[in-house]
Amino acid sequence: MLILHCPYCGVDADETELSPGGEAHLKRAGPGTPDDAFERYLFHRENPKGVHFERWRHASGCGKWFHAARCTVTMEVFGTYPAQVTEPPQEICDRITGKRPGWSWGAFS
Amino acid sequence: MSEPVSALQGAIFEGLVKVEEAGPCGMITLRGDLASTQVKTAATGVAGVDFPGQGEANCAGDKGLCWMSPDEILVLCPYDQAGAGVAAIDKLLAGTHYLATNVSDARARFVVSGLDAREVLAKLTPADMSPAGFAPGRFRRTRLAQVPAAFWMRDEHMFEVICFRSVAQYVFDILTAAATPGSEVGFF
Amino acid sequence: MSTRLASGGRLLDRSKAVDFTFNGKRMRGFAGDTLASALLANGQTLVGRSFKYHRPRGIVASGAEEPNALVNLGQGPRHEPNQRATTTELFDGLRATSQNHWPSLEFDVGVINNYASRFLPAGFYYKTFMAPRPAWKHVFEPFIRQSAGLGKAPKDRDADIYEHFYAHVDVLVIGGGIAGLAAARQAGAAGARVLLIEQTAHWGGRAPVDGAEIDGMPAAEWVNDTVEALEAEENIRLRRRCMGAGIYDHGYVMAYERLGDHDPQEGLPRHRLWKIRAKQVVTATGAIERPLSFAGNDLPGVMLAGAIRDYVVNWGVSPGDRTVVVTNNDDAYRTALALKQAGLEVPAIIDARPAPASPLIQAARDLGIKVETGRAVAKVKGRARVEGVAVSAQAGEGAALQDITCDAVAMSGGWSPVVHLWSHCGGKLVWDEENAHFRPDVARPPIGADGAGFVRAAGIANGAMGTRDVLADADAQGRAAALACGHKRRKKTAPSAAAEEAAPLEPVWLMPQGAGAALRAKMWLDFQNDVKVSDVQLAAREGFESVEHTKRYTTLGMATDQGKLSNINGLAVLSQSLNEEIPQVGTTTFRPPYTPISMGAIAGEARGAIFQPLRRTPMHDWHAENGAYWEPVGHWRRPYCYQRPGESVEEAVQREVRNTRENLGLLDASTLGKILVKGADAGKFLDMMHTNMMSTLKPGRCRYGLMCTENGFLTDDGVVARIDDETFLCHTTTGGADRIHAHMEEWLQTEWWDWKVWTANLTEQYAQVAVVGPKAREVLDLMGGMDLSAGALPFMGWADGQIGDFKVRVYRISFSGELSFEIAVDAHRGRAFWDALLEAGAGFGVMPYGTEALHIMRAEKGFIMIGDETDGTVIPQDLGLDWAISKKKTDYLGKRAQERTHMTDPDRWKLVGLETLDGSVLPDGAYATAPDSNANGQRNVQGRVTSTYHSPTLNRGIAMGLVKHGPDRMGEVLEFPRTDGGKAAVKAKIVSPVFYDPDGEKQNV
Repeated sequence: MLILHCPYCGVDADETELSPGGEAHLKRAGPGTPDDAFERYLFHRENPKGVHFERWRHASGCGKWFHAARCTVTMEVFGTYPAQVTEPPQEICDRITGKRPGWSWGAFS
Repeated sequence: MSEPVSALQGAIFEGLVKVEEAGPCGMITLRGDLASTQVKTAATGVAGVDFPGQGEANCAGDKGLCWMSPDEILVLCPYDQAGAGVAAIDKLLAGTHYLATNVSDARARFVVSGLDAREVLAKLTPADMSPAGFAPGRFRRTRLAQVPAAFWMRDEHMFEVICFRSVAQYVFDILTAAATPGSEVGFF
Repeated sequence: MSTRLASGGRLLDRSKAVDFTFNGKRMRGFAGDTLASALLANGQTLVGRSFKYHRPRGIVASGAEEPNALVNLGQGPRHEPNQRATTTELFDGLRATSQNHWPSLEFDVGVINNYASRFLPAGFYYKTFMAPRPAWKHVFEPFIRQSAGLGKAPKDRDADIYEHFYAHVDVLVIGGGIAGLAAARQAGAAGARVLLIEQTAHWGGRAPVDGAEIDGMPAAEWVNDTVEALEAEENIRLRRRCMGAGIYDHGYVMAYERLGDHDPQEGLPRHRLWKIRAKQVVTATGAIERPLSFAGNDLPGVMLAGAIRDYVVNWGVSPGDRTVVVTNNDDAYRTALALKQAGLEVPAIIDARPAPASPLIQAARDLGIKVETGRAVAKVKGRARVEGVAVSAQAGEGAALQDITCDAVAMSGGWSPVVHLWSHCGGKLVWDEENAHFRPDVARPPIGADGAGFVRAAGIANGAMGTRDVLADADAQGRAAALACGHKRRKKTAPSAAAEEAAPLEPVWLMPQGAGAALRAKMWLDFQNDVKVSDVQLAAREGFESVEHTKRYTTLGMATDQGKLSNINGLAVLSQSLNEEIPQVGTTTFRPPYTPISMGAIAGEARGAIFQPLRRTPMHDWHAENGAYWEPVGHWRRPYCYQRPGESVEEAVQREVRNTRENLGLLDASTLGKILVKGADAGKFLDMMHTNMMSTLKPGRCRYGLMCTENGFLTDDGVVARIDDETFLCHTTTGGADRIHAHMEEWLQTEWWDWKVWTANLTEQYAQVAVVGPKAREVLDLMGGMDLSAGALPFMGWADGQIGDFKVRVYRISFSGELSFEIAVDAHRGRAFWDALLEAGAGFGVMPYGTEALHIMRAEKGFIMIGDETDGTVIPQDLGLDWAISKKKTDYLGKRAQERTHMTDPDRWKLVGLETLDGSVLPDGAYATAPDSNANGQRNVQGRVTSTYHSPTLNRGIAMGLVKHGPDRMGEVLEFPRTDGGKAAVKAKIVSPVFYDPDGEKQNV
């Protein structure tokens, strides 16, 4: 039962107040994109044992989408941050590096 | 013009605490850039109270402002003033990027009062209801059992709870179940 | 025979007698008794039968670890099976019955399994019931089901109420023994918000029974003083009868408080499930004594040494006149001393250790108790209860050196820390050679959100042995927990106790060490599930090397006690059989809850009328009062139809359709989603959300729109009204309102966050009524207030105005094919508007209609329904909705997916109408068969029915379906095998899906 800090309203939200939204930082592939790019966008997902980036919505709360970086093994949360970004903030990446040197996830490391 | 009828027509239950449906109340959803002076002025102009900070509610009498999210404020006013309130906001913010709409009928409002009010709510919400975790002036959107709801405190022993109108009966029923006489927890 | 002592019993109030019954027999105990202590006091040593062999069983333990004394409690709606007598507090009128026997506890037919036990070893079922295959279903399973199970499942609805409680604390201390008290005391002193919970009704745990001295006073006194002091602290809360059930991620802890079990009260919650968020958790959960594995260790009268001590000291109960103590450690000597002090006989202490020496042992000798060292109990004598023991050398094979007559045996194989809660969330264990037990590995605790450990074990639960070490450890853990939460206000002096000198324990996994097969087949490991030393050894021989596999093969530890007594002994036997060290074999996984908790507590308030939220429209009460036959739609309840007296549901539906087509129908459409979308980019945004072009819609007009997800499939539909240049109101399906609002917000917040668009979900702001039928305009004109003529408000237009007393917004849209006005009013005036329409419509034959009439009328018109024609694999093109897909737009959600080859495959099944040749109604969900079979031998299919009804308008069955190349096959006849098992297939002709008024003459007036 996770607690995630909502970066919008400042509430440490209980997992039962949140709804999960799958993998973070997907890059949309629209009309005209080649099949392999669209396949990646629609179907391919990271399934790491360790560092992971996810989307969550503060559904029973302020209603905002945000991102969370956490460890799927220990449930350690490296940080949460707003959804209006295309990659994790440097500060979060640095924190992960401090705790999980050599980590990589998708295009990020 | 027929009189407005709230969802439960003022239902009352007295147990561990008093649970009371509060009757029609004016509510306006205002979405916009809450940092903008214009938006703030529009909101405070209708509510007549100071603009609240993140996670806060400023309420006085039947007027008030509740912080819903970084781009949404809930304006409280008497039921029959909500339409005029929206019009006033529209006038002030015309030409800017905002949304103001009357949601007075979309919600139900309850007053939960009594020494054990904190405990009754703590049976239903995962939010921290201890005095250290929640106090007058704060505003919390969360869930009560299985539905979204929000609340704030008028004073140390009185909560105002709002939920969607369609689940008013459900919220009244779970509040009264939580207020079963003799079921006090004695925790706070 | 067990009995009540003339005096003693520190927990008893002998001035208050309590009457109860066991198997219908009246018995008497005292306030403060548990059911177990009261049964023993009444001489009831036989309390149940074992699961597999139906062997007679007595009480073994005095707490949560009890495997045998499981009883049915209560009757009718308050009946509950498998309740532990040892944790059941006695109250006046308690009714208990024993379990797992027939016809009676004393004479049980199932005991025949006992005599056949050599034919029922571990894995018996797996081996025996493999073949022949059909025999499993028809012979073996019914037989096993008949004989399986312990207590009887309740049949009646639970009469009690339950609740949840959410608590947030800095430090949660689980366990109210001296360790828990010491930890809570120090954490509280530091300024942390502390909650201390204890599963029993008493503080102090074992220390008062064991005769410990703390801070120079008897433990009981120290406990009372400390509890009093803690209760006075503002930042400390204490709860008794509240068990730490499970520890989960991020400091989430489930605790189970039993409010009414000891004192049932009508109308008050029986159990309260605490959902606690703690920054730090201290598990001061104590330890559980291990049985010793000697032959006959399951006979009634053989008990744990600590339990016997509890019964004597706490409840003034003698387990027997002559008790032989058998042990491999010093602690059991305390039992011998306690028995002696109570005036009971201890013929001998059988100590497996060759030559132990310590003050405790000396004290026993000083009292004249014979201490036999290097000795073992070779076997227990007696059939239904203990009659004596045969003593042998521990080092030998069990040749009897002497027989001792006795009626009770107190056994102790050492103490295992209760590591369950530590382990629930990933805490690891280390093997402690000195004490032969697993204890928490402090270097590998459960990890919290910040990456640091959030659970600390304290006291003996952490492997600290002896009062002095327990207190020192618990004090330090309490302090450390508070510090970890940032509290360091004050530090109190730690409570102190004198050091105790003890002779070291010696692990004994078999007694005697060289016991042969015959003895090993009578050494019980798991009393409840009848698993013996020989079973575990057999499993090892047959290749079950993993402890998890052995557990499942033998059922060791799978009973309701979850192996609290058997776990360590079982895996020690397994490791010996495998010739491996115990830590290499490891333990099975500890899973919550610690002991079983009630289903009612898990459900909490969610039962009966508030089992789940039921959403009501403003007109709900009218529907309920007027014969509504409800249909659940999401959490809403909508009238399926309104039944009149003497009318069937089908008849009501047909009547409602006919009346709406001929006169005037009213539909409560309040549940439809209504989402306001506003901003300079609102049109652009809706162009992305819908397959159609919405940005070109003119203010004052409505357009039917389709929404797809990014995988191209239809997800929702509804009418969009343009309010002004910047503002749209999007209608969604009833079930789609919240989902589509969230869908819109998701794209706005996470993809197009720079677009100028706001949304607001106004679904509940308005009550909406569809006024439908040829007389719709007449009734509204009668009410007056606005011009609703075709010229003023044409089809697919909307207007704000006034009808009668009501401020309204009228949408001229139709889902029925009739002249139709959907009218929105403020929800608080919804019921009044509904009543006004009924009154005004009386002269026009007005009748409300329900969702089924709505469905039939839309099907007659060939309109699709999300969830009927769509199932998450259907794209708009399948449904002939190409007209609603903009060709001009370069992008919309789902467009790219719809370009995939599978989506453009000409062989996709497409929407058609289906008309049975005989006029009957096609079975819902039926498939149209095609010639031949596929590679799996299944009949090929070429289409399926998506909606099917009897049309009262056409007086015949009509249906819609998806058929391969359907639109090109008009007039062809397909065969649909019945779905109810009927033989003859139904024949249906492919026709246009629009069955009624194809030119729209009725709605466009």
